[in-house]
Amino acid sequence: MFIGVDVGGTNTDAVLMDGNQLAGAAKVPTTADVTSGIVGAVSELRRQHPECHIDAVMVGTTHFTNALLERRDLAPTAVLRLCLPATQLLPPLVDWPEELTKAIGGQTYMAGGGNEFDGREISALDRNGIRDAVRAMVGQGIRAVAVCGVFSPVDPRHENETAAIIQDDFPDLRVCLSHENGRMGLLERENAAALNACLGDVAHRTVEGIAHALEQLGISAPLFMSQNDGTLMDTDFAARFPVLTISSGPTNSMRGAAWLSGIADGIVVDVGGTSTDVGALVKGFPRESAVAVHLAGVRTNFRIPDMVSIALGGGTIVSPDPWRMGPESVGYRLTEEAMVFGGGTLTTTDLAVANGRADVGDGRLVKGLNPSLVERTMAEIQARAETAVDRVKLSGEDVPVVLVGGGSILLGDGLAGASEVLRPEHAGVANAIGAAIAQVGGQMERVYSLESSGRAEAIADCSAGAVQRAVAAGANPATVEVVDVEEVPLTYVPSNATLVRVRAVGNLALSSD
Amino acid sequence: MWKATEEVLAPIATGAGILGTGGGGNPYIGQLRARQALKRWGPVTVLAPEEVPEDARVVCVGGIGAPTVGIEKVRDLQSYHALRAIEEFTGEKATALISNEIGGSNSVEVMIAAAKAGLPIVDADGMGRAFPEFQMKTFFVYGVPCCPMAIADEKGNSIIIRETITPAWAERLARAATIQMGCVACYAVAPMSAEQVRNTAVPNTLSLARDLGLAVQRAHDTGGDPLAAILETCPGRTLFSGKVVDLDRRTTGGFARGTVAIDGLDDYAGCRMIIDFQNENLIARVDGEIVCTVPDLICAVATDGGEPVTTELMRYGLRVTILGFPAPALWTTPQGLAESGPHHFGYETEYIPLQVEGT
Repeated sequence: MFIGVDVGGTNTDAVLMDGNQLAGAAKVPTTADVTSGIVGAVSELRRQHPECHIDAVMVGTTHFTNALLERRDLAPTAVLRLCLPATQLLPPLVDWPEELTKAIGGQTYMAGGGNEFDGREISALDRNGIRDAVRAMVGQGIRAVAVCGVFSPVDPRHENETAAIIQDDFPDLRVCLSHENGRMGLLERENAAALNACLGDVAHRTVEGIAHALEQLGISAPLFMSQNDGTLMDTDFAARFPVLTISSGPTNSMRGAAWLSGIADGIVVDVGGTSTDVGALVKGFPRESAVAVHLAGVRTNFRIPDMVSIALGGGTIVSPDPWRMGPESVGYRLTEEAMVFGGGTLTTTDLAVANGRADVGDGRLVKGLNPSLVERTMAEIQARAETAVDRVKLSGEDVPVVLVGGGSILLGDGLAGASEVLRPEHAGVANAIGAAIAQVGGQMERVYSLESSGRAEAIADCSAGAVQRAVAAGANPATVEVVDVEEVPLTYVPSNATLVRVRAVGNLALSSD
Repeated sequence: MWKATEEVLAPIATGAGILGTGGGGNPYIGQLRARQALKRWGPVTVLAPEEVPEDARVVCVGGIGAPTVGIEKVRDLQSYHALRAIEEFTGEKATALISNEIGGSNSVEVMIAAAKAGLPIVDADGMGRAFPEFQMKTFFVYGVPCCPMAIADEKGNSIIIRETITPAWAERLARAATIQMGCVACYAVAPMSAEQVRNTAVPNTLSLARDLGLAVQRAHDTGGDPLAAILETCPGRTLFSGKVVDLDRRTTGGFARGTVAIDGLDDYAGCRMIIDFQNENLIARVDGEIVCTVPDLICAVATDGGEPVTTELMRYGLRVTILGFPAPALWTTPQGLAESGPHHFGYETEYIPLQVEGT
């Protein structure tokens, strides 16, 4: 059996999954140290099911990135770019917030190396220059280095060799290589590597802490962490790539919704108290965003779910005259301030109760509301949700829509653009379920000249690489399948050069497989 | 005369994005590079075309390559190196620089070379919009030779294309060299006289880009309508408004070609617009009927914010409004249309000038 844990801002949820069955669930308040909350929730599950055998524990937490936001416990970090003589005008860390640059020491270096778009070297790797740079940074007291080579996703050899040079002289330095978790976009990929490098210490400590706490509970099963794309990473990987956890929360929520509803391709609408998040599921995974993501003011290009958020929730405030809905919300004070709970603020929930769509609180308290106000508000809620659903769709076809979240009582079943509307049970622990059912994935990205290799051949080559990476990450080879193929034509280059990106996932390989 | 400072870079990026008519690539890197250059070498003086001294030698510089490569191997000072190469070859020192193309991220290339060289730039360019090919410039249409021309990379390589039989040959040779140079090169064309600039450049386009960006910014700050603000700044009209429902994009011959389909909303409900593009938007049809063609500007902006939407950013569900602006007058003469009109892009249709109220 698997245990899935979601460490949210308010609650830590844990679920026990027996194959395809939800066997148990527990909810405790989240603690500042993360670990005690996890211990509390897992202990509660163990109390419910003392006899169960646990194969793996999967934890979703965004704790590492809080360290970044608060700029605490960050390791002194240097960035080494392999690029010379190219790309000098914009040095590493160029667009970072000043305080964050200061917090990590702000040391940047550039050395000869890197590749062209077609794989040629910009220049030979400057091994002596790299040794000098590393000696200089160590002299300044740094503990981690991010290494980023131009076009390293096309050819990672310069980055790999640089890592070997660094570890030869200084085996204790943490080295993060940009090609291991980034895609095209030099600055964004370099930023991601630098963030991973400076978060390495705190991530390592947190992951160790959780592993140790589980051990003390007598659980010897392997521990995995959820990442942004809905797949798992082992604890070593998580300590090396902590920023890959930043949006594991929404991802797990959507994956959980997919599992609970049995819908692999469709739209998930998560209506909370203040806002509604809408995302698209493709083969059971959230579709990823194509635009740059800012994390603590740093521009990155992580794979995070492509979500549309609108200011509409169960606590959204409605003014009758002139009519207005939101964006203000009573938020978590809904059960005190909304009229159906005896409060004095008119919220969307009150109108949904007056309309008969929802049944919470005391319906008699909203009996006197003007029917045209109720009708107008309900129509507008429906229309805004429909627009949000339409914005995340991939095509004009009707698709299944899964409603989750406490505020989903606002929405009626007749949603334009939906082929069906589902409201699964246990939606409250969708996040923890999403963590527990997570698979293992691998991604490969390369530039191909379609004139010389042909499209099918290029995709096959890239797919083989992605499958190999998924297996290396711990997937059972028999279950690995390609879930996403993306082609990005490189405009203005005649030889039909195209960037191909393939993602493969498979079930976690267990010792019993 | 005005100074291009760090503060005007963001508005220029927005305005140049609108004038980019769907092409021009990602503005982030260009803006960041210009910011870095102005920080290092100080603000750049911008001269109105009539302020250019009679004895001026004005060099046109621009980037050539693939935007998708430029986000990885970020451009440095290639435009400055190309400038120095053409000066050396012709034996003439530039006294001012001019942009090749106002649309998209090319609008800042000239600023980077000018900041480094300590030269002023002319408030004008060779397109007044964006176009996919090097030779499609008003300079060349009206008799300025495109050669000799220098092309430089970031490694210290530079070449001179001494002479070609047509500007199209210059494009062909330059692109071949650019690919060998790793796809993020810059070029500089032999100096023009003040008179040539005044007769063949599209005037006041940098200040237009800046003003468009400032208008959008002001509308955001004051809760105004950004689309109305754009149309007040640059006379044009709304062609269509709706949501993107289909996108067919492929790369052939080094260009992103395809069509985008938009279903009308509100005033345009029940109608469908189809836009053909080749990097830039070429022809817009509503229910099969042509409403705007090159060289007039067909610009997609976000309906709720007024930000430019390039063809790379187009995707299903996006709410866009399509604005049309009349082409600069230099493009609508017979020789201008021969290089920029629908026939040049392989369409049989004639150019039908966009009608705008009050013009």
